[in-house]
Amino acid sequence: MKTTTSKIAWNAFSDAMALAGSVIGIIVGLVFAIGGRDEVIVFHGWLFVAVSTIVCLFLLARTLEDDGQPGDTGYFDGPVRVATLATMFWGIIGFLVGDLIAWQLAFPVLNFDLPWTSFGRLRPVHTSAVIFAFGGNALIATSLYVVQRTCRARLAGRWSPWFLVWGYQLFIVLAASGYVLGVTQSKEYAEPEWYVDIWLTLVWVIYLLVFLGTLAKRKEPHIYVANWFFLSFIVTVAMLHIVNNAAMPVSFLGAKSYGAFSGVQDAMTQWWYGHNAVGFFLTAGFLGMMYYFVPKRAERPVYSYRLSIVHFWSLIFLYIWAGPHHLHYTALPDWAQTLGMTFSIMLWMPSWGGMINGLMTLSGAWDKLRTDPVIRMMIVSVAFYGMSTFEGPLMAIKAVNSLSHYTDWTIGHVHSGALGWVGFVSFGAVYCMVPWLWGRKGLYSMKLVEWHFWVSTLGILLYITSMWVSGILQGLMWRAYDSLGFLEYSFVETVEAMHPFYFIRAVGGLMFLTGALLMAWNIWRTIRGDVPENLTDQPRIAAAPELRESPAAASPVAAE
Amino acid sequence: MDWSKHKIFETNSILMLIGILIVVSIGGIVEIAPLFWLSSTIEKVQGMRPYTPLELRGRDIYVREGCYLCHSQMIRSLRDEVERYGHYSLAAESMYDHPFQWGSKRTGPDLARVGGKYSDEWHTLHLKNPRAVVPESVMPGYSFLARTPVEAETIGDNLTALRVVGDPYTDEMIMQASADLKAQVDPDSDGAESLLKRYPKAQVRQFDGNPEFISEMDALVAYLQMLGTLVDFTSFDASGPNLR
Repeated sequence: MKTTTSKIAWNAFSDAMALAGSVIGIIVGLVFAIGGRDEVIVFHGWLFVAVSTIVCLFLLARTLEDDGQPGDTGYFDGPVRVATLATMFWGIIGFLVGDLIAWQLAFPVLNFDLPWTSFGRLRPVHTSAVIFAFGGNALIATSLYVVQRTCRARLAGRWSPWFLVWGYQLFIVLAASGYVLGVTQSKEYAEPEWYVDIWLTLVWVIYLLVFLGTLAKRKEPHIYVANWFFLSFIVTVAMLHIVNNAAMPVSFLGAKSYGAFSGVQDAMTQWWYGHNAVGFFLTAGFLGMMYYFVPKRAERPVYSYRLSIVHFWSLIFLYIWAGPHHLHYTALPDWAQTLGMTFSIMLWMPSWGGMINGLMTLSGAWDKLRTDPVIRMMIVSVAFYGMSTFEGPLMAIKAVNSLSHYTDWTIGHVHSGALGWVGFVSFGAVYCMVPWLWGRKGLYSMKLVEWHFWVSTLGILLYITSMWVSGILQGLMWRAYDSLGFLEYSFVETVEAMHPFYFIRAVGGLMFLTGALLMAWNIWRTIRGDVPENLTDQPRIAAAPELRESPAAASPVAAE
Repeated sequence: MDWSKHKIFETNSILMLIGILIVVSIGGIVEIAPLFWLSSTIEKVQGMRPYTPLELRGRDIYVREGCYLCHSQMIRSLRDEVERYGHYSLAAESMYDHPFQWGSKRTGPDLARVGGKYSDEWHTLHLKNPRAVVPESVMPGYSFLARTPVEAETIGDNLTALRVVGDPYTDEMIMQASADLKAQVDPDSDGAESLLKRYPKAQVRQFDGNPEFISEMDALVAYLQMLGTLVDFTSFDASGPNLR
């Protein structure tokens, strides 16, 4: 009885805090909306006011009809569902914009010569949409799902998880609309301006607190390995974000700022950030995803506990050093370049440690690769991870980098990691989670998953092979000399030579997008509760836990 | 090896957090911190000065439009690059760049020393419609720049912010910022002379060929035309005497 009373008091306190937060949001938004010195910050101010007002009204309405009884038992999956849907939504936006700018490089008339549609403004929309909006939501959804299951504890906080999920969506909208309207810091993957950075910092601190709070409530004595990776991702991204975005606003009521660092110091800080956005956002976080969903779906334990310890600590230690390989032969001192190269090569080992741990988890269940396209997607993603983490150290070698840097080879490398590894492991996790979260007996259609897998895999292959050819070709043309000792090609001849490969790349991107659209359709039908087409083909584990006891019947049964 | 010792981390989330923080801090500290003290990264080279107000506006436009996504401003110390673009880039040449514009991709050529290589008219034509002068180009057109007036009145605030992060703008430069911006497209004015005193080697002329108003095209071309022109490489000696 006593616990119920204190619970009610605690909930009332949380509600009051949330309400106060939304009122502060309205006030801060109004300051920018009314006092803002440029159009973008005024627009963002009003956007902030609108969102805060909706939150405020929602909280008030909820308080009025609340019966005061705490109903929050069991897992807290509402925010996980929202983040899962957001993953799909932003994924499609990000792939669409990516493919549009790929076509722009093949056919420049598609820039339309308008400020808002030019490659320079849309490229950050693409990168942020796929890394932070698609990848970030996938990480938020899976980390909040996994931490509850592996700790056997409900998420910490009453409103914080909701603030995290919706606050993160607001961050994405502020960032992307800013880029289109010309607001950018020009630091790659850290383009949002100072006020959006501050907002993200706030959201991220809440993320860390929710995650740590849930770990603290755990009923399992040990913290599961997936959570080590999620924790290192959350904490390191916070560190990188705060340092790299240090800036002085021109006006505290305007969007423009100037970075705290300049020149060579700024370059080093930026690529320390940039490479570890890869290392911690796109690697450590997604390894956390792999460590839960691969063993879960395969119904096999993780291959090696010791390997996971060794590769976890060595991966996070080594990654931080790799940044300078983005700055070979530049004005960065030679010793820093050499350090960056050396650590990048060493990084190959822990990366493959993770790959081996993921792949070998399938020991004794290799037949599932044939029968379950969801597990095939995740295993192929781990294979792509292995390939990109071999290619990366190779490209970090100074002699190789002198050829590959500034060319499409880098773009191809990034996409074998982003489409193959990050994309596929996220797709796999979402295919697993949707029936589990919405209480379905399986996915609407396994055949659509098959199609998604093959269309997207072929798309990735077209993408990366065309970028290898164009990158190496362009690098060789830049350094080609004729028999008299003059440079053989003018720059524009090398641009002309890229055209067929830009076309092939754009086709590959279109195929990847098509796969994602098939997935969205499949997920939508699953959530709607449509009768699965071929339930008998789906593994037992595809069903939601509460529906898993009785093995799937011979004839398809409507999911409740 | 006794693997059970790892239990210390696995059973205590705060210890794990502290462990992670220590492990991920080391690389950054070793690689970044020395760059603020080493002579090779903080040396000053003769000729370097902060941007004029008009150049700064041009640079802000370069940043806004995402030019750095396709154009680098960093000539590497490789034979073909030095022959194609000029002397390799010095650390000091980007000392006033907040943030740096070295770039990571060359869909178009490097621009670190593009200043003076083409005429203002070529730049204006090329920015309006790149394929009018380079048929194979894949660059977007920026005709709207010539139609958009540049914001001249508030430029002093930008200089002030840059002074906070370390650029040596004087009170006089900040006070005169708006006048200097206008003077740079008006060669016959008195202001042009004092602009040149404050910013040696500044190029003063009508950049976009349209005297009616100061456009964003004026600012961007003024910026492009000064890139790589401040250090005199005919007398530069990497071993020392030019360093001040």
